[in-house]
Amino acid sequence: MKENATGLSRRNFMKVSLMAGAGLMVAVQMPVGGAKAAPTLKASRGVGFVPNAWIRIAPDDTVTVMIKHTELGQGTSTGLCMIVAEELDADWSRMRPEFAPVAPVYKNPDFGVQATGGSTGVKTSWDALRHAGAATRELLLMAAAEILNAPASELTTENSVVTHGPSQRKIRYGELLEKAATLKVPENPRLKKPEEFKIIGRPFPRLDSLDKARGRIKYGMDFTMPGLLTAAVVHAPVLGGKPASVDDKETRSMPGVRDVVTLDSGVAVVAESYWQAHKAAQTLKAQWKGGAADLSSESIMARFAEEIQEKGIRVRKDGRVGTAMTAAAKRVRAVYELPYQAHACPEPMNCTAHVLPDRCEVWAPTQGQEPARDIAARITGLPLEAVSVHTPYVGGGFGRRFVHDFVIEAVQVSKAVKAPVKIVWSREEDIRNDFFRPAFYNIVEAGLDSEGYPIAWIHKGAGQSQMDRILETAAPSGLPQWLPTSARYALAKVLLPVIKRLKSPEAAMSGSVDMAYGIENVRIEYIRADVPVPIGAWRSVGDSRNAFVKESFMDEIAAASGKDPVELRLRLLKNAPKHRGVLELAADKAGWGKPGAEGIFQGVAVHSFHGTPVAMVAEVSVESDGRVRVHRMVCAVDCGVAVNPKLVKSQIAGAVIFALTATLKSSVSIREGRVQQSNFHNFPILRMDEAPRVEVHIVKSADPPNGIGEVGVPPVAPAVTNALFRATGKRIRRLPVNPDDLRT
Amino acid sequence: MIKLQVNGQIYDLDVDPDTPLLWVLREQLGLTGAKYSCGIGECGACTVHLNDEPYPSCSITAGEAVGQKITTIEGLKGRTADALFKSWAEVDAPQCGYCQPGQIMHAAALLSLSPKPVPHEIDQAMSNVLCRCGTYQDIREAVQKAAEELEK
Repeated sequence: MKENATGLSRRNFMKVSLMAGAGLMVAVQMPVGGAKAAPTLKASRGVGFVPNAWIRIAPDDTVTVMIKHTELGQGTSTGLCMIVAEELDADWSRMRPEFAPVAPVYKNPDFGVQATGGSTGVKTSWDALRHAGAATRELLLMAAAEILNAPASELTTENSVVTHGPSQRKIRYGELLEKAATLKVPENPRLKKPEEFKIIGRPFPRLDSLDKARGRIKYGMDFTMPGLLTAAVVHAPVLGGKPASVDDKETRSMPGVRDVVTLDSGVAVVAESYWQAHKAAQTLKAQWKGGAADLSSESIMARFAEEIQEKGIRVRKDGRVGTAMTAAAKRVRAVYELPYQAHACPEPMNCTAHVLPDRCEVWAPTQGQEPARDIAARITGLPLEAVSVHTPYVGGGFGRRFVHDFVIEAVQVSKAVKAPVKIVWSREEDIRNDFFRPAFYNIVEAGLDSEGYPIAWIHKGAGQSQMDRILETAAPSGLPQWLPTSARYALAKVLLPVIKRLKSPEAAMSGSVDMAYGIENVRIEYIRADVPVPIGAWRSVGDSRNAFVKESFMDEIAAASGKDPVELRLRLLKNAPKHRGVLELAADKAGWGKPGAEGIFQGVAVHSFHGTPVAMVAEVSVESDGRVRVHRMVCAVDCGVAVNPKLVKSQIAGAVIFALTATLKSSVSIREGRVQQSNFHNFPILRMDEAPRVEVHIVKSADPPNGIGEVGVPPVAPAVTNALFRATGKRIRRLPVNPDDLRT
Repeated sequence: MIKLQVNGQIYDLDVDPDTPLLWVLREQLGLTGAKYSCGIGECGACTVHLNDEPYPSCSITAGEAVGQKITTIEGLKGRTADALFKSWAEVDAPQCGYCQPGQIMHAAALLSLSPKPVPHEIDQAMSNVLCRCGTYQDIREAVQKAAEELEK
């Protein structure tokens, strides 16, 4: 982008330029030391941070919004365009999202690296995009005032047109660009008041629905270019195993095969087409070394159960738990076990890389553009500027694509064969080589007073922390970019044990450590039990496990003290008004406590994920053979301003289905170091004929928008199993639900 | 050399007849609307019509598809298709969208067989396609809406 120095203020400046044929480009940018200086981690974390975005207006009024987040299906590209269109008064039919390249300005302010996760898309873009849209609108107004020779106060904007009221003269945004490029961008534009919103808060249609329905959207899997080769990758059958020796004589003689590349992580068979590569890969005779061949799910859980007896790392301590427990009139205790879970993204892992002597292009279905760029720079030895990461539309992420193992493979293979290469994992490779949601063993104990209310609460959890993986992936990218790439990786390696010690325990207990219940004496402990199973972030991370523990146990307390599960929660949430709000709304809409249909039983759960509380009432029935049917899920959520209520509802409804799969159907198990599941026949996904009706009620709010992509997951399992308890009197303490346990 | 009839066109293809139809469509013909997701006929993302009936294109070889009328999402045309595309966009059925061409192919087959499907029929027919994003409720609505549109 060419910089137009005229009229730019030094602080909080906006860059303005008129690009030939491309129209006006406005970028809110943070002040940096110079054109080439890289912003520091400190700046990106928020000190003096001016949130950022790009808007491009073409002469035909098309408004392009640079999207710093990956479109994984959550609708971020539509939501972010809405925020800009609102403040810009832009013509909605001409909004267009464009996925941002790697640049400091697109760092996720919550992470310090450019990445998508933690339900941060709208939340971290709200102020920046509103400001960018409003400033652009005012700039265009100023340009119109000059061209129409009229005071700006007589001008109004709507649908990308400026109208002069008295004369009814009109001028399109696209006609104002040249003039606007000569003017100074307003620094403090007026933002709309919520009551002025015309776009925000309304169920605008997604920008990508029709193209997705017609199969016209290009995913990473669909990418092609002249000379592109495709590689199938085979990984060790045992977790942690690596290639020892490879006999590829037969493989190399197979039709279409161009090369066989042995990687640290596996063996890549490179061919002219995927099917040739896939078929040839089956003829590989590989010997593998290392790995944890003695590992099994049972031995892992047994180890967790043993180590949990030890004292853990205290991540929360309120009051005097020991004393309160001793004084309690009654004590309740329970053990909850959760299995490993796979992401099973619809689009299997894939990535295309083209390594050239002086540059590297990567087409990566990734949730972490910056770590992807940095690892590519490290592998190729190229400077950061020479590496471009292009993000396509992505077929589901759920946290899996934050780890960039598949990017590493693509870059390594392209470098080795000196050609553009797309690596494609089969579904089997995808499931077996996932970074799983960690398995956990939990002990919870509560002391109740004479009235049955909890006065003491202990939750101990043993397992691996997903944060370890997040830190390993992101740490080098979070370090200052003036350091050489190799130095950043070396430094990250040194720092990681310290950072992990600081961050991982609390993250492992997220959803428990931040429990909103007003209980005087609370102790939350994490027992780090590292086993060599690859783990990572899985939609709603620690909360996906800990909400099950917390909300199931709260139900056990209600049962132990003969209280209504909703009443008990409301009383304990007296200092958490938003939690109360969603719980009351969900209970009301579900008709909680009123006689329902014959054979249908309700269960409730309330949970907050990263500041967005959601309550759910599940309605279930159980057949005599133990089969569970979930009929309806009534959800209430308070996410602040719902930028697009339809997208909010879709995210919750979709998350319910995602979580029901993990509640009722799927799990990953390990035997002799091998992942037992490989495809949808043994890692089953909920199908439509098993899907409940989902009702989503949104609490009206004027608070800034908060995350919505993950919060629908945590309450699902406990709401369902609490309903199963009411239906059968049997308490589910291990997921997924086993129908045999519910047989009557 | 094999001869395939895809979307009304005849293609002479120099391809191993054992190659699954899915990969011939995607790699030889550039028709990427049919998606690879499981490769074993479990998920439905690769669904095409063979002689107007839905079939997972990962589970039939190109050789076996010779002589059959193959329709992919790119070639799905007519009143039913239009109604489905419209209702899909109005309801905003897709999230990540990866499975959606497969969903549409099944919905189109359902509506041509049963123009006024009852909810149970919709659930049964559409259970052939997995959606990890969990858009089932919206798909139900979109199928119903398309059926209503076609009744007009």
